[in-house]
Amino acid sequence: MENFELINALVLISNFVLIPALSYGSQLALATLSLTIIYGVLRFSNFAQADWMSFGTMTTILFTWYLQSLGITGGFLPTALIALPLAIIVTTLFCLLIDRSVYSFYRKKKSPPIVLMIVSVGVMFILQAIVRFVIGPNDRKFFDGEKFIIHALDFKDYFGLSEGLTIKSTQLITLIVAIIAMVSLFYFLQRTKMGKSMRAYSNNEDLALLSGINPERVVLITWVIASALITTAGVLYGLDKSFKPFTYFNLLLPMFAAAIVGGIGSPIGAVIGGYVIAFSEITLTYAYKKFFIYLLPESLEPSSLMQVLSTDYKFAISFIILVIVLIVRPTGIVKGKII
Amino acid sequence: MTDNLRAPLAFTFMGILLAIVGFTQSWSVSLSIINLCIISSIMAIGVNLQWGYGGLFNAGVMGFTALGGLTAVLVSYDPVYEAWDKAGIGILISAIILILSITLILFAYRNISSPQFRNTSIILIIIAAILGINNFYGPSIDVIESINPAKTGFLGGLGLPIVFSWVIAAFVAGLVAWVIGRLTLRLRSDYLAIATLGISEIVIAIVKHEDWLSRGVKNVSGLDRPVPYEIELQQSEWFINLVERINYGTLDSLQTVSSRQDLLNDLIIISSGVFVKLCYAGLFLSVLLLIFYLSHLALNSPWGRMLRAIRDNEEAASAMGKNIFAQHLQIFIIGSAIIGIAGAMLTTLDGQFTPGSYRPLRFTFIIWLMVIVGGSGNNLGSIFGGFFVWFIWIEAEPLSIGFMNLLASSFEYDNPIRMHLLGSAAHLRLFIMGLLLLLALRFMPRGVIPERIQKK
Repeated sequence: MENFELINALVLISNFVLIPALSYGSQLALATLSLTIIYGVLRFSNFAQADWMSFGTMTTILFTWYLQSLGITGGFLPTALIALPLAIIVTTLFCLLIDRSVYSFYRKKKSPPIVLMIVSVGVMFILQAIVRFVIGPNDRKFFDGEKFIIHALDFKDYFGLSEGLTIKSTQLITLIVAIIAMVSLFYFLQRTKMGKSMRAYSNNEDLALLSGINPERVVLITWVIASALITTAGVLYGLDKSFKPFTYFNLLLPMFAAAIVGGIGSPIGAVIGGYVIAFSEITLTYAYKKFFIYLLPESLEPSSLMQVLSTDYKFAISFIILVIVLIVRPTGIVKGKII
Repeated sequence: MTDNLRAPLAFTFMGILLAIVGFTQSWSVSLSIINLCIISSIMAIGVNLQWGYGGLFNAGVMGFTALGGLTAVLVSYDPVYEAWDKAGIGILISAIILILSITLILFAYRNISSPQFRNTSIILIIIAAILGINNFYGPSIDVIESINPAKTGFLGGLGLPIVFSWVIAAFVAGLVAWVIGRLTLRLRSDYLAIATLGISEIVIAIVKHEDWLSRGVKNVSGLDRPVPYEIELQQSEWFINLVERINYGTLDSLQTVSSRQDLLNDLIIISSGVFVKLCYAGLFLSVLLLIFYLSHLALNSPWGRMLRAIRDNEEAASAMGKNIFAQHLQIFIIGSAIIGIAGAMLTTLDGQFTPGSYRPLRFTFIIWLMVIVGGSGNNLGSIFGGFFVWFIWIEAEPLSIGFMNLLASSFEYDNPIRMHLLGSAAHLRLFIMGLLLLLALRFMPRGVIPERIQKK
């Protein structure tokens, strides 16, 4: 019986903390990668990032609806995965349109980063308006296909435990897609010529220009990669939870926090930062009461919820970590600034 | 067009716009727009001091506004004695533990040289503080929130006149700005923006969820008013006489006594609303003028020149022996204090404190838009920006609904596209704001009333 208590406690923690944090962390890591690449190459903090994510997700939802109306579905997989590549293309094109009409002017003028940041606030307004105009401000669920890989009840019956383990298919999809995206991104940045020229441009613009790197091409590729990443992150998040423009807007702060914690401008830092923020958000707001009831003898059982912070302050956590990092180690975990 | 003419022209244009609203909609609407315009202008001056003169990007305007609003509640609301009697001690003890532990952490951080020993002691202090506070804090807030939850359920305030809170709000916002500034002002400009954005979210989270302090999302309404109530005016002799005298001509032309009395009653009701708004406008306008005058004096003094020198070239100013960090901190505190005043005024005008209504778009980025459109580095510009952008923000909604109606008129009545267009008209307002910001940055980067370059 003693052993069962321990296993129950572990199952409980993986069900409510580890697995959700792992999938949320992967989504955040992808979004942060996008933010950090923009920062590394184009040298500004993009406030429009979160609404760009809404835009990408909205496009995916529209394509999903269209495909569903044609009778095309993903079978046991969500249809949104088929719609995703189409949506990435549309989002990228839209992004390039904005870059040509808005950002490129300031890039050519070599405006200071803060001006580009204010410009991105304007873009944020416009994107937000478009998303709310097209799809509305309400909650949308666009998940279809098989919902669970392991269901809590089956798990309980099979192993004879009192705690169930649920693995949603979206969590596994998130993990697989995130790993594929990250591996191919790192391969691109480290091994291909284009990736190397991007890193060179980010490291030292003048030297890169002298060695014949075409800056317009680098900027173009940067937008393409960044919008592919952000759309993917948004779709995975939306599949896992649901799509609501305001919720997505609130992801801006965790993204920035993850980028700075990991070391802004550093892709590996973005990934680490994403997981650090996700794990701290979930571990610090989880009520450990039940966990300790399993582990401790009856006399020591806790009466309170054993929660470090109330869930009301969930997104304040990302920020508290951000402040601590800024004070203790402003360069972030991985020393940032260049790709 | 010379730069000297810009300001008078801009303000005349603004006056015409407001007059148009007065004539076509009503003077009451026009005056309520003006009141919010004045408050917005004060906020814009605060941001302008930080950005236009100090070069600091503060994306936490919303947080300071909310702090001002909270101060207005805490100063003006009557104290809830029952809550203080039963749980005041617990809250006070928690506050003392909090302050004590922060002092200890700072002490440990500064004075213990061995890093391992320092870090372990800091962590131990934090754990002890959390345990200690949990012991007193949790039970106390349960008690406080259980006392008459439908009406109060919080500690209440000091029961002072609300105008008093405008001054105190400046100090509260300034104090918080001091803490934030100490933490973040050494960072790069865009880090500062991100950090302040986050801190403002934390402030909102606290006022939303700490019910014992602010009643949270249950809102505090029925706040004290610095101006008379409409109903009192309608019953007072002198006001009725005043309305009668002003409308003497129209009233006299009526024949029967009863129709004259009916018209008089209508006029009294309308005028009492207008009169109250005029009172507010007068109060707000005097604050605006005072702040404008003081900042005008300050920025034309050697101190103001030093600030601009730092903004334009930090290295050179630093080489001249100016302490950049201290000056940045100073201007950050002053700007935030002004935003705090405006926040308290806003809550005074509303007569209620609604933590749920604080959104970054409305309270941070719109204020930024005002500063940029008006002309950063020029307080007159900020005032104009405050008026103009607020006016657009208010009038964008009816205009976009009108535009959508025009667009949708070609469809049949129950066409889904028509329904969608009409239903989403309100979101066009965000689009207009974004477009305004982008156009201003592109074609008028110095704003409508640009900064004056002084030549000597």
